[in-house]
Amino acid sequence: MKSKISIAFENCKKENRPALITYTVAGDNTKNNSLKILNKISKYADILECGFPHNTPIADGGQIQGSSHRALKNGIKLKDVFQIVKKFKKANPNKPLILMGYFNLIYQSGENNFLNNCKKAGVDGLIIVDLPYPENKNFANKCKIKGITFIQLLSPTTSKERMKKIIRDSHEMIYYISMLSTTGGKLKVSARKILENYNKIKRINPKKNLVIGFGITDKTISSLRSANGLVIGSMLCKIITNSLKMRQNPVTNIDKVVYNLKRKIL
Amino acid sequence: MKLKIKKGVPLIDQHDRNFMYGGKFGGNFIPETLKKPIDDLTKLFAKLRKDKNFIKERDYYFKNYVGAPTPLIKLENLTDYLGGAQIYAKVVSEANGGAHKIYNATVHCLIAKKAGKKFIVGDTGAGYAGKMLSMAAKKFGLKCKIFMGAKDLKRQKPNVLAMKKNGAKIIPVTTGSQTLVDAVSECMRYWVSNCDTTHMCVGSTVGPNIFVKICAWSTAQISRELLIQVKEEFGKIPKKMKLLNCVGGGSSAMGFWNEFMDTDVEFIGVEAGGPKNGKLHAAPLTNGSKIGILHGSAQYVIQDSEGQIGRTESISAGLDYPGISSLHCFLKDTKRAKYTSASDEEALKAYQLVSKLENISPSLEPSHAFAEAIKLAPKLKSSEIIIVNSCGDSLKDKDIIKQKLGSYIR
Repeated sequence: MKSKISIAFENCKKENRPALITYTVAGDNTKNNSLKILNKISKYADILECGFPHNTPIADGGQIQGSSHRALKNGIKLKDVFQIVKKFKKANPNKPLILMGYFNLIYQSGENNFLNNCKKAGVDGLIIVDLPYPENKNFANKCKIKGITFIQLLSPTTSKERMKKIIRDSHEMIYYISMLSTTGGKLKVSARKILENYNKIKRINPKKNLVIGFGITDKTISSLRSANGLVIGSMLCKIITNSLKMRQNPVTNIDKVVYNLKRKIL
Repeated sequence: MKLKIKKGVPLIDQHDRNFMYGGKFGGNFIPETLKKPIDDLTKLFAKLRKDKNFIKERDYYFKNYVGAPTPLIKLENLTDYLGGAQIYAKVVSEANGGAHKIYNATVHCLIAKKAGKKFIVGDTGAGYAGKMLSMAAKKFGLKCKIFMGAKDLKRQKPNVLAMKKNGAKIIPVTTGSQTLVDAVSECMRYWVSNCDTTHMCVGSTVGPNIFVKICAWSTAQISRELLIQVKEEFGKIPKKMKLLNCVGGGSSAMGFWNEFMDTDVEFIGVEAGGPKNGKLHAAPLTNGSKIGILHGSAQYVIQDSEGQIGRTESISAGLDYPGISSLHCFLKDTKRAKYTSASDEEALKAYQLVSKLENISPSLEPSHAFAEAIKLAPKLKSSEIIIVNSCGDSLKDKDIIKQKLGSYIR
């Protein structure tokens, strides 16, 4: 059976556009609002990434750190994250949802227990920032058995040899980190250069759905539209931060922004 | 499974294919972007360790720049005052810059040069790691950035001034608890973004495995010297000898113990117990914290049941870290070393007593180890030996000591 993630990519290919993938943090700025945000933006987003917050995120820049901090301050726990996912999936059963976070939370819950909870809630995929290849092989296999897509990451520093191995062992979706940066850095590499690397990876195995993330905003998204998918994260976290500052509703503000992002890749 | 230390193999090399000690401590839990720079550094360090010229160069700078060997002295007055075991101090604070952090900083700068990097970044808590890295960077012509928690910037002024004087750029870290844990996170984030041009120096035996290795390999100089000094003083390694060392990240203790690993010498690590009547501490080993992942490494770490890293508190900025070196976790589980903690108050008292009676004045970090020596010595026979690593000087803590005790003596 094809995964919902695969189907989402196929649908986008039919429309000759990249998949729009959003990232927001569960519990930011409240449990309710984060669920509302997911429900709202799923009209435009093809795949939703939902962060389970950690208080020592070594690969995240200021915006996602801020979102994680707000969520944790509100007392969000993993069980709440799964609640949010469950409710979202109940309303949107076919929309793929990917959880993203750091390994310590999985380690503390126990890998099997965590995956069981993912399965029960309806999680479609997982991105674990600090569990690289090949250390993640065992966990990735457990995901596969459960029918959960484990998304491998590639970066500009990944050697070709290593890429081949990672791609060989990867599931249907792979995430390419656009540049040397934490999340939300200013895009310091040209779209041409990013796509050049992107195409090199695609040539290794054209069948894999390869998405690009890190540093993508409304200003740069259209220049990368030839990719299979594009991830927008920090920009959305920033919208929440700014909305709260200006005492506006973050849900409606994010909704507008994601609508605009979608228009730019149609 | 019962964990065991292998004899005749350097402790830092007793890891498996995944760089884990005892199958559960250490490793490389890092973002993909850092895989290659860490892999490159691992290969370079493996090569340099075997390179006679590099060792010569290291030894040259340890002797002529760091000022090896640092003295081993008997604390006659303290011994008489306490009655019981003979107390000695290895005065590592006599090293250039005033603490053991100079060994790691010097080696990292030498490696950075070999790697062709022009920039070096590091984290700091007490400010020693930062001060030494800025010193060494200046010496070796590298541009240097130091990440330091905003809370530590305030409480460790003398070291901050020294870093500035050495031309380092200090980046205040205002996230989280604004202490060492956040400085390390922010430094790693910076490296993720700049790993193509910049070398990273982790200030202690923590972080991804290669940094644990380089740091412990560098500070091992302390025990190489000590082994010779002990043999000179006693003719051989005494039967009942204890080596006491404070542990935060654990770099000075690893260096202090390394060459004695295969002997019967007892190792006692003293963690920061925090304020006597407070709930917070920085003593994961003493207080039975669970294994978790912090800064790329699996270790005993202060955390909540979900895996969020816990808050810590200690009067000593250098020990104020929720985790501990994977090597110390390994030593604890193999029962090769014992770990205990001293409270803020005990450390202050120990500082006061040692400074009053002796010609040395330990900073608040080694004062934790002295506190344990003061507790232990009266219970032991006069034939027994305690050696404390006095790995920092109290000068940097002048402000805190004045505030807590009313006056500062040195």
